[in-house]
Amino acid sequence: MMAGYTENELAKDLADREYQYGFVSNIDADVVPAGLNEQVIHLISAKKNEPSWLLEYRLKAFEVWKTMIEPNWAHVAYPKPDFQAISYYAAPKQVKKYESWDDVDPEMKETMSKLGISLEEQQRLTGVAVDFVMDSVSVGTSFKAKLAELGIIFCSFSEAVQEHPELVKKYLGTVVPISDNFYAALNSAVFSDGSFCYIPKGVRCPMELSTYFRINAGGTGQFERTLVIADELSYVSYLEGCTAPQRDENQLHAAVVELIALNNAEIKYSTVQNWYPGDKNGNGGVFNFVTKRGICEDHAKISWTQVETGSAVTWKYPSCILKGDYSVGEFFSVAVTNNFQQADTGTKMVHLGRHTKSTIISKGISAGQSQNSYRGLVQIQKQAEHSRNFSQCDSLLMGSVCGAHTFPYIECKNSTAQIEHEATTSKIGEDQLFYCQQRGISEEKAISLIVNGYCKEVLNQLPMEFAVEAQKLLSISLEGSVG
Amino acid sequence: MLKIDNLHAAINGTEILKGLTLEVKAGEVHAIMGPNGAGKSTLASVIAGKEDYEVTSGTITFEDKDLLEMSIEERAREGVFLAFQYPVEIPGVSNVNFLKTAINEIREHKGRPLISAKDFLSLVKQKSSFVGLDTSLTSRSVNEGFSGGEKKRNEIFQMAMLEPKLAVLDETDSGLDIDALRIVAGGVNALKSKDNATLVITHYQRLLDYIIPDFVHVLYDGKIVKTGGKELALELEEKGYDWIKSAE
Repeated sequence: MMAGYTENELAKDLADREYQYGFVSNIDADVVPAGLNEQVIHLISAKKNEPSWLLEYRLKAFEVWKTMIEPNWAHVAYPKPDFQAISYYAAPKQVKKYESWDDVDPEMKETMSKLGISLEEQQRLTGVAVDFVMDSVSVGTSFKAKLAELGIIFCSFSEAVQEHPELVKKYLGTVVPISDNFYAALNSAVFSDGSFCYIPKGVRCPMELSTYFRINAGGTGQFERTLVIADELSYVSYLEGCTAPQRDENQLHAAVVELIALNNAEIKYSTVQNWYPGDKNGNGGVFNFVTKRGICEDHAKISWTQVETGSAVTWKYPSCILKGDYSVGEFFSVAVTNNFQQADTGTKMVHLGRHTKSTIISKGISAGQSQNSYRGLVQIQKQAEHSRNFSQCDSLLMGSVCGAHTFPYIECKNSTAQIEHEATTSKIGEDQLFYCQQRGISEEKAISLIVNGYCKEVLNQLPMEFAVEAQKLLSISLEGSVG
Repeated sequence: MLKIDNLHAAINGTEILKGLTLEVKAGEVHAIMGPNGAGKSTLASVIAGKEDYEVTSGTITFEDKDLLEMSIEERAREGVFLAFQYPVEIPGVSNVNFLKTAINEIREHKGRPLISAKDFLSLVKQKSSFVGLDTSLTSRSVNEGFSGGEKKRNEIFQMAMLEPKLAVLDETDSGLDIDALRIVAGGVNALKSKDNATLVITHYQRLLDYIIPDFVHVLYDGKIVKTGGKELALELEEKGYDWIKSAE
């Protein structure tokens, strides 16, 4: 009789939601046959015209990878990928550089506009320099000239290998060594492309640097490699956003991101992740196994902000090694899981330097039959005197069949350290919903309001235009099909 | 405006309202008084459409429409406002954002254009001073960290912003000191017009010193057992509810 709203109805409504960005582009891709062996690695390296040291790096990683086994400590369950069934390289056939925007394949433009991120609009409205990655080869880099004036390098990883080999060689693998973990080793062996960024000494990057990733060709894994180096006294804000087309088979995404903040430098790295999460029965969806880590020298600061709404399985811990004295690490996260999605995400804050400080704010939202875990490590090493950490991990449950889990690990080897940990778990309040509805607000909008309010501390960390996108994503993820 | 006829309502199978009949016309102020457990808050919740309550028989019409057929938000958009006894906190959602969303949902329902940012801000300014709500509270999260008095004042501020036809004040006087009571009542009185009506639910006569009712009803054991003018409230205050109980 009364159209009241129950959590069970919510759970049902959420399950009926369809992924909004599910479409496939018909651009011809140059795909290497499935399988992984030394020959394939030689082929990838040759196709990219790489120097011999990089080929050796890849081969060494492959050797290490072969000796490793897939990690199984995460609170996720999924069919193990068959690594011999994956194709490790796909590039759009049209690989020549575009002279102007008019030269870009119209269909590629359409893909971008479907995503709501047309380059024209981005260029005109936001002043964001977009390096658009479709599959593995970067096809559009803008604002390059303007950045070049300041000595800032922002380009595809492949381009950096050709143009700035000394920088790539110096820093590649210094934060995430090839033997770090199974997927980092795999990535080191077969990474296809990604982004490279270098901010020179004393330069404050005047615009947000942004890269949109997208898996496109069917059956190909994507192994992005990102390297951001902020030289002494520099500052950069880097944005990364992802959407992927709808797929029936699982797609593997194993990226590695390395950040290096030298003395007094600051890197702000923001991610909005919306890979295809699979359908409401748990079929398909992207496996997102990512290694992200940054290292801070003296007085440096690295701040990770992530809004994770997509992927069938997520395994991701953007971390900070606070090596330098007085360095600062921050982690702000919103992770939404729905239907059969599984997320095991969090951070590691490793305090090595004296007077180092870290902050962790994690907001998990689980709906449907999903499982959402926070896993975090705060480690204070012996020499890290007067270090401080504050952690806050909140979980919000929608419906009665989802799960929220928190695995906080604290290791403290110095008695002068101060560590605080706060955690809450709550269900979305029937009282809150009733209150909103009594003011004339629909159930759908009420949930969106409440969820966005709950995540506000994290969303506030995002650059303005990204925050709007993130709010939209949260609404799509949770509000879209209610009512 | 509001017609309740022989209303029976239950929660978890226990009948609370047992044949309540009441008519409220535009321009009128009605007070519902009664001892604890008589069904006062149940009445407010049923009018607003709270799903915990099951209406087993009887009707409620609002402006000749069947209120019981409407969803919670439809009732609100049609002009039913409930000032909560215990206003709910919504962390991270600013009062102004909350109200702007509400106003626009109501406007959309009525086929009117959305409110402009400028009009909205001047409305906030005007109405907040009207109920003596500190303007800093309007940009804070809804009711979060508000004192009891501030929460109640915020309810009246929301009422002023939304301009309902029928306002139901559920024990708005509880937990208020005399100054806050005067301000809240002043707000309610100032909003009174010939086109709207107010239903004041209260345990004590105190609030009725400031909001003068046209009718006072005594609710006891799920039914209205006595109706009179404002002097009935004074009589109740003097004699207590036992007088009603024994009179029955």
